[in-house]
Amino acid sequence: MALRTSPEVSGMGHAMKRKEDPRFIRGKGNYVDDLQLPGMLYLDIVRSPFAHAKITRIDSAKALAVPGVLAVITGETLAQYNLHWMPTLMSDTQMVLPVEKVMYQAQEVAAVLATSRYAAADGAAAVEVQYEALPVVVDPKKALEPGAPVLRTDKKDKKDNHIWHWEWGDRAATDRAIAEADVTVKQDIYIPRVHVASIETCGCVAHFDKVNEKLTVWMTTQAPHAIRTVFALVAGHVGLAEHKIRIISPDIGGGFGGKVPVYPGYVIAVAASVLTGKPVKWIEDRMENLQADSFARDYHISAEPGARKDGTLTALRIKTIADHGYTDAAANPSKFPAGLFHVCTGSYDLKAAHVEVDGVYTNKPPGGIAYRCSFRVTEAVHTIERMADLMAHELGMDPADFRLKNFVKPEQFPYKSALGWEYDSGNYAGALQKAMEQIGYAELKREQADKRARGDLMGIGISSFTEIVGAGPSKHFDILGLKMFDSCEIRIHPTGKAIARFGTKSQGQGHETTYAQILAEELGIPAKDIQIEEGDTDTAPYGLGTYASRSTPTAGAAAAVAARKIQDKARKIAAHLLEAAEGDLVWEPGKFSVKGAPDKSKTIQEIAFAAYTNHPQGMEAGLEAVSYYDPPNLTYPFGSYICVVDIDRGTGEVKVRRFVAIDDCGNIINPMIVQGQIHGGLTMGLAPALYEEISYDEIGNVQGGSFIDYLVPTAVETPKWETGHTVTPSPHHPLGAKGVGESATVGAPAAIANAVVDALWHLGVRHVDIPITPPKVWKLLRDHGVMAE
Amino acid sequence: MQIRVSINGEKHEADVEPRLLLVHLIREVLRLTGTHIGCDTTHCGACTVLLDGRPVKSCTVFAVQARDREIMTVEGLEQNGKLHPLQEAFMAEHGLQCGYCTPGMLMTGYAFLAKHAAPSEDDIRHAISGNLCRCTGYVNIVKAFQAAAAQLKEGAA
Repeated sequence: MALRTSPEVSGMGHAMKRKEDPRFIRGKGNYVDDLQLPGMLYLDIVRSPFAHAKITRIDSAKALAVPGVLAVITGETLAQYNLHWMPTLMSDTQMVLPVEKVMYQAQEVAAVLATSRYAAADGAAAVEVQYEALPVVVDPKKALEPGAPVLRTDKKDKKDNHIWHWEWGDRAATDRAIAEADVTVKQDIYIPRVHVASIETCGCVAHFDKVNEKLTVWMTTQAPHAIRTVFALVAGHVGLAEHKIRIISPDIGGGFGGKVPVYPGYVIAVAASVLTGKPVKWIEDRMENLQADSFARDYHISAEPGARKDGTLTALRIKTIADHGYTDAAANPSKFPAGLFHVCTGSYDLKAAHVEVDGVYTNKPPGGIAYRCSFRVTEAVHTIERMADLMAHELGMDPADFRLKNFVKPEQFPYKSALGWEYDSGNYAGALQKAMEQIGYAELKREQADKRARGDLMGIGISSFTEIVGAGPSKHFDILGLKMFDSCEIRIHPTGKAIARFGTKSQGQGHETTYAQILAEELGIPAKDIQIEEGDTDTAPYGLGTYASRSTPTAGAAAAVAARKIQDKARKIAAHLLEAAEGDLVWEPGKFSVKGAPDKSKTIQEIAFAAYTNHPQGMEAGLEAVSYYDPPNLTYPFGSYICVVDIDRGTGEVKVRRFVAIDDCGNIINPMIVQGQIHGGLTMGLAPALYEEISYDEIGNVQGGSFIDYLVPTAVETPKWETGHTVTPSPHHPLGAKGVGESATVGAPAAIANAVVDALWHLGVRHVDIPITPPKVWKLLRDHGVMAE
Repeated sequence: MQIRVSINGEKHEADVEPRLLLVHLIREVLRLTGTHIGCDTTHCGACTVLLDGRPVKSCTVFAVQARDREIMTVEGLEQNGKLHPLQEAFMAEHGLQCGYCTPGMLMTGYAFLAKHAAPSEDDIRHAISGNLCRCTGYVNIVKAFQAAAAQLKEGAA
């Protein structure tokens, strides 16, 4: 896309330095734990050591004797106000604090309110709880067996642990196509639980002003407006009305999906503040964050594609068991309990597909939120990209050739997939070919053949993913009934500077910069002259928040639409000032001029001033606009990644030697920020591919519950990412842009897994589940007799 | 316990519990909130500050251990209205996103660059291996270190 604005204006395409950075590099950000209010109290939480147990007694006497401890809040306390249970985003129910039993290790059992952080912690340690252990169900397949202990005894009619069955696609046609296929392969794939582990944990400061009856909550939330409505709906019966609730989402230290849900800690802090009339701070520690906050993934997938002998993919059948923990607290659009998993036909033009998913309860924390991924797309991409490789190898085809043969072709867009999605635009072969050139694919193949002859283990893996982001069109997308539009409100001041507010909330994505650039592009006002605000529900327009790579597709589009409304009014004012007909005016960013008389012109700043000082009679003063943008479709970013790994035959360690990522997110707003998103996304793709997993032993003890054993990659493990892009604009987005924040997280794990399997294929290895840890590989090497001495 | 500390060149006295963590002294008593807390096991490095010039993770140091010593935090990097080259480089190279790990990265970098005038990429990656970043993938942090090293060298010449 050619630049339309000068660096001074910094519209789209400029690598403008970020407006948020001056405060962050000085340590002057405002994160929730930085807030200290007079008289503030602190909350600490007592958590269960058992994964499933009856609570027989909670004794608070010793805790209350700790100096500074004011109260111990239990499920019984909250039950007096009917606040001990709350609804989840998927209309299931979740305990705030238990009155009967706990359902997972580290579940909240009681909360201690004290005058200091340390006193609260002392109090929590002094609360005595008696438990009676109950049988624990960890394996979701066993949870479905007849005779398995029924976990949700709170649901009167519940006789098993099955939550829901969901299926999509044409089952009969798919079965037929697979029966008629020349070649089929079948593979079980487990995509384990992972945790986003943003470096800032979750927390809040709740302050109920008893005089004005107004609740203000500063909280780590990616969706402040939806949270306000949820609070009003859940706590309306205790007098919290929506106009008396203000949610402020301050600077957020990373979100990645983990800061979408409402966690019990928030609700307890709010309840404590309402009861005491004092500000109450709750900040979880890292172990609480890893052990109790919502998890992502945990999908047990069985996939079976069919193909013709000539390498044409014909069909895909997928069955999945989804482990949701003890409640379905997924953050999905209501209509899609398995998220957008049915984008699992990926980048390929196959005619028949069917996918079914069964949700299951186990004794684990609630799962099913994102890990920097748009509603289960990582699961979908991992499956189709692993299966594409398996099928290519099975057919004796090069995985790149196999992909090129089966890609949806550029001329097929808009493309209706077998599972009903309408892909907006793409050039999949373009991205793959660029990646192959950049990495030197043919040369690497030769090197691999030489190395293999010498006994060295080198693998090359491809992932050609299609993302689906920007939820979403109101026809299909809502959360708890709230349609998934997003918003922008712009006010141009008399001196030509502006403020714009949005319904989204940045957690590091750089919205203050990119939104300003969109407005600079559309209005010609320099981006530095436009202040961007988000996250305060008292001032910002309503929106559904930032997750699932939706900010550019929804709120970014709203910015363009609102700016164009301003441009329309500006044209009328310019016509008035220039005494010309509106139709005779020509717009270029920042100025209207009279057709054929370019010296007769008015700048946007002059027009803004006139809007308050010299507006035409009969026109309202001011220069403002708002847009609530309902996207006509999702956007479908895509890319091709190629990864080269070397495997140490002595230790089983996988080393990513090179990784080339070619991404296409349509028109680019800020190339520096887009590249930064790709770098970060790739690292969060590397992490679950090789290092991260939250697992449980047979009695539900969490493994990986601290940074000691939950291995977030450091700079040493992380390779030097090589990036590039192609540009295929979205035809329906006002700026031709698509989301980009999660592409790399979604696409990277399959490239790494495919490279590892490629390195071991000649030994007979067909699949390795992620994370591909040294012990897993070491065992494979030992079993295949190729362990180095 | 009554302690005296110097922080970013300013002397302070405080009456602290012996168990008070240094990070809580800095954030909650002295109200310098640029130093962040990201874990409680010394892994993430968000709380890195300098104690007598050496980087320490202030979540696992007691405040009393800083008695009569010199603490430097991110707020001390800017001198007389002039940013440190590392701060400039983080902005120029897009070495930060959410900003939460940034103060710790900067303090580790400040101490590292003082001792390593021309570090290799590998040296830098090892130097920051005790500081986790979830946003940037480290690529641009490494670049920022390199750019700051070049700048510091030029300034010294």
